[in-house]
Amino acid sequence: MFRDNERHKTLSRRSLFLFGGQIALLSGLVGRMYYLQVVESEKFKTLADENRISYRIIAPKRGRILDRYGRLMAINKLNYRVMMVPENVNDLKQILEKLTRIIDLSRYDLLRLKRDIKRYRSFTPILLKENLEWDKIAKIEVNTEQLEGIFIDVGEQRFYPSGSAVAAVCGYVSQVTDQQKKTDPLFSIPGFKVGKSGMEKFYDIALRGKSGSKQIEVNAFGRQIRELEKREGEEGKDVWLTIDLELQKYVSQRLARESASCVVMDIHKGDLLALVSTPSFDPNAFNRGLTKSEWQKILNNSRNPLNNKAISGQYAPGSTFKMVVALAALEKGIISNRSNYFCTGSLELGDSIFHCWKKNGHGKMNMISAIAQSCDVYFYEVAKRLGIDAISSMARRLGLGQIFNIELSGEAKGLMPTREWKKKNKNSSWQQGETLLAGIGQGLILATPLQLAVMTSRIVNGGKAVTPRLTKGISLNKSDLDSSNNSKLGNFKNIGINITNLDLVKKSMSFVTNSPQGTAFRARIIDPKYRFGGKTGTVQVRRISAEEREIGVKKNKDLEWHERDHALFVGYAPLSNPRYVVSVVVEHGGGGSTVAAPLARDILLKVQKTTKS
Amino acid sequence: MTIGQKLLQINWVFVLLICLTASVGFLMLYSASNGRMDPWATRQIIRFFIGLTLMLIVAIVDIRVWLKYAYVIYFIAIGLLLVVEFGGIIGMGAQRWINFGIFNLQPSEIMKVAIILAIARYFYARRLEYVNSFIHISMPLVLIIFPALLILRQPDLGTTILLVATGLTMLFLVGVKLWFFAVGLVFSIIACYPIWNFVLLDYQKSRLLTFFDPGRDPLGAGYHILQSKIALGSGGIFGKGFLKGSQSHLSFLPEKHTDFIFTMLAEELGLIGGLALIFLYLLMLIYAFAISVRCRNHFGRLICMGVSISFFLNIFVNISMVMGILPIVGMPLPLISYGGSAMMTLMFSFGLLLCAFVHRDTHISPGDSEGRYI
Repeated sequence: MFRDNERHKTLSRRSLFLFGGQIALLSGLVGRMYYLQVVESEKFKTLADENRISYRIIAPKRGRILDRYGRLMAINKLNYRVMMVPENVNDLKQILEKLTRIIDLSRYDLLRLKRDIKRYRSFTPILLKENLEWDKIAKIEVNTEQLEGIFIDVGEQRFYPSGSAVAAVCGYVSQVTDQQKKTDPLFSIPGFKVGKSGMEKFYDIALRGKSGSKQIEVNAFGRQIRELEKREGEEGKDVWLTIDLELQKYVSQRLARESASCVVMDIHKGDLLALVSTPSFDPNAFNRGLTKSEWQKILNNSRNPLNNKAISGQYAPGSTFKMVVALAALEKGIISNRSNYFCTGSLELGDSIFHCWKKNGHGKMNMISAIAQSCDVYFYEVAKRLGIDAISSMARRLGLGQIFNIELSGEAKGLMPTREWKKKNKNSSWQQGETLLAGIGQGLILATPLQLAVMTSRIVNGGKAVTPRLTKGISLNKSDLDSSNNSKLGNFKNIGINITNLDLVKKSMSFVTNSPQGTAFRARIIDPKYRFGGKTGTVQVRRISAEEREIGVKKNKDLEWHERDHALFVGYAPLSNPRYVVSVVVEHGGGGSTVAAPLARDILLKVQKTTKS
Repeated sequence: MTIGQKLLQINWVFVLLICLTASVGFLMLYSASNGRMDPWATRQIIRFFIGLTLMLIVAIVDIRVWLKYAYVIYFIAIGLLLVVEFGGIIGMGAQRWINFGIFNLQPSEIMKVAIILAIARYFYARRLEYVNSFIHISMPLVLIIFPALLILRQPDLGTTILLVATGLTMLFLVGVKLWFFAVGLVFSIIACYPIWNFVLLDYQKSRLLTFFDPGRDPLGAGYHILQSKIALGSGGIFGKGFLKGSQSHLSFLPEKHTDFIFTMLAEELGLIGGLALIFLYLLMLIYAFAISVRCRNHFGRLICMGVSISFFLNIFVNISMVMGILPIVGMPLPLISYGGSAMMTLMFSFGLLLCAFVHRDTHISPGDSEGRYI
């Protein structure tokens, strides 16, 4: 039929065209094959050979972190891991079933496995579980025939023998983020860990060392057939800290039940012998991986275990600030060692009344007794005559209101206000009442325990501008360390304060603990070899209303924890030839003399008794 | 005709060619399992024989039955695609299968055959002058594009492209004017922009980008292409010897029993081996063409060419892919690659081809579709 013919012709023509096209395209394929297999054959043969030879990165051994005597703070221990190459696993469900009979695979492990299988190439080994015990490993090795696609890998794992005691200083290591993975081929080793906080982070590069490499003949499963060539890398260097591990552990224990921080410092060299913040966390937990709820628990802990309070905690220094005020006044000639003021228990300024902690007053006070008994009124008087700028200036010279760039991140700057500062930042002019508050270390003033330790050190070391440091040295062996150590001794500049004044203030601090009227008398050390001096501080965190003053100010033990005063103490020892300073801040601890001073005493006793030369 | 007579009418040369080609596949699977029949070769042989039986059954069924049920099959395929869309099992991150317990069914494969049937049915009685009217172009387009989108969403870029290409080629065959294709080409170039930004997934984009620059990601998406070329090229003219393909066996070549099986063949048997397989395919294509010419009814011709095109495209895309001419889209090599669904639907389509041949002299009346739209 006509239309069938037309249609038929069109179809036939076009079919022929298509058939011709098929032939043409097939010829094209043949041509391409010829090109690859004949023309370029040599090149591909070579590449094929190179393929069989694979380049494997050898992870370098991470350097350790040691204390000043070489005691171990962060080390490596063997870590047995179960790995899977998905491409070799025919029946995932079956393999997993067999595995769960030998090792524990949590729901989280399985989810992570599923995600990794999707995410990576099928020939890339995926980490299933690490930190396995030897007997489990042995069982897997024995059953290796039935567990196709599974193999055991031995790696190294970071371990902190002292656990949470060193967390604030050492920090912790954890896996590289996906972002970082792209930057360095070393990071693509499964389970590679880098420092995330503390010294682990600060010295990460030095600790890491350099990766080595080996050329091996291999199949893409990751199975090595033989090793052809090996290039050694470099072990990570060990980092020696100034910390005394025994002391650090002791302080951690002593402070364990509080929300507190402590700094112990060598006043001449600036070495930090202990740096503790409680509560802390167990850095070893990050190795096995925290569950979401464990992590949440840490984050939600209102006492901030992840926060290093020793360097980031900012508090009003309270009475521990009085030495600064005294020195400023002595230098300016406003007072002398004989100047007196009378404390009635309060001082009027304009419409306001400023109270002394002793309701009925201390009576006649000179500088030494004012510090020893921590009279507030004396210092209101002194501050009134000094002015805030002079106070701040002396504070800065003694190390307050600044950061020292130590090797840990998170140092807080604190605050030493001046008239100009207030104008710029609060847009209002300084009130004299605020100067009075500054005189007793309250109001806008903020300081960290580290700064308080530096301040005290500078006062008792003869007025040298000592700065704190945490690193003793970095090296692969101890001999390098000894030679480099001495050159690191800082020769600190003199601040320029009259030595007589410094001695006077030091004397008053010795009375705080060793004279019967001193606020810390009950915490004194009796053995004359170990006697110490210092200053208590009790910082109000709440407002006391006029009514309450009438009735009688509530005692700390009758208040909620978060309403209680902070307890502070700064101390030094030995009395005759000072070497060490301690600063302790116990959040909401109550009284400085009842809570902080005994802690400081124990710590100073310990450091004097145990420190080798 | 009786069943016996029909069986005699089957083009047994073509069947022989199919068996020869499949045997090459069995040999390759044997090699891919490092000289063992398990786990691939045995299963493939079983499947092949089931498929062979299926093919013969399809061939002796009266062609008019296929005509009658063409749309039914099409809509069943659509239905299965929708089931996959909303609740298939997840394998390898892509939702493509329906689990029926002992076997997995891949609806996109069924669609590949169904579309041929549907378009052949649509046009078998259409007058040439009506072919180019708006409705007679747009309806088939809908028939093509709707499943194509479903398959693209799975995601399965490879099968989508194949489906669309087969469908469009059939439109070409029935006489749609050339200007339509030109317009279509322009339109699809314009559509590239929104498709790139809104439809393609990251790994698909990555594959396309790596195609143009394999060095960009040598350990990632570029890995397969590079390894394939290395393995293939290093085979030389005579190959490294059966079972001795070092690249494949040391497992540098992934997916060697599926997408990259041709590479392994070329590595082990060289240019000679590759040419031999292509020659077998060529013979099959010649026969398919010859059968189509021999058919007296339009429906049969359309079926034959449709099957031939689909078969050819499958081969061409796979081999081009492993040689680095086209981006990796995940297409198996017909009759050779390991895979149940693909094998079954291929044998089914061969069955249709043979059916057309058996019924080459059967007159198919236009039935009730003369002048109407469906």
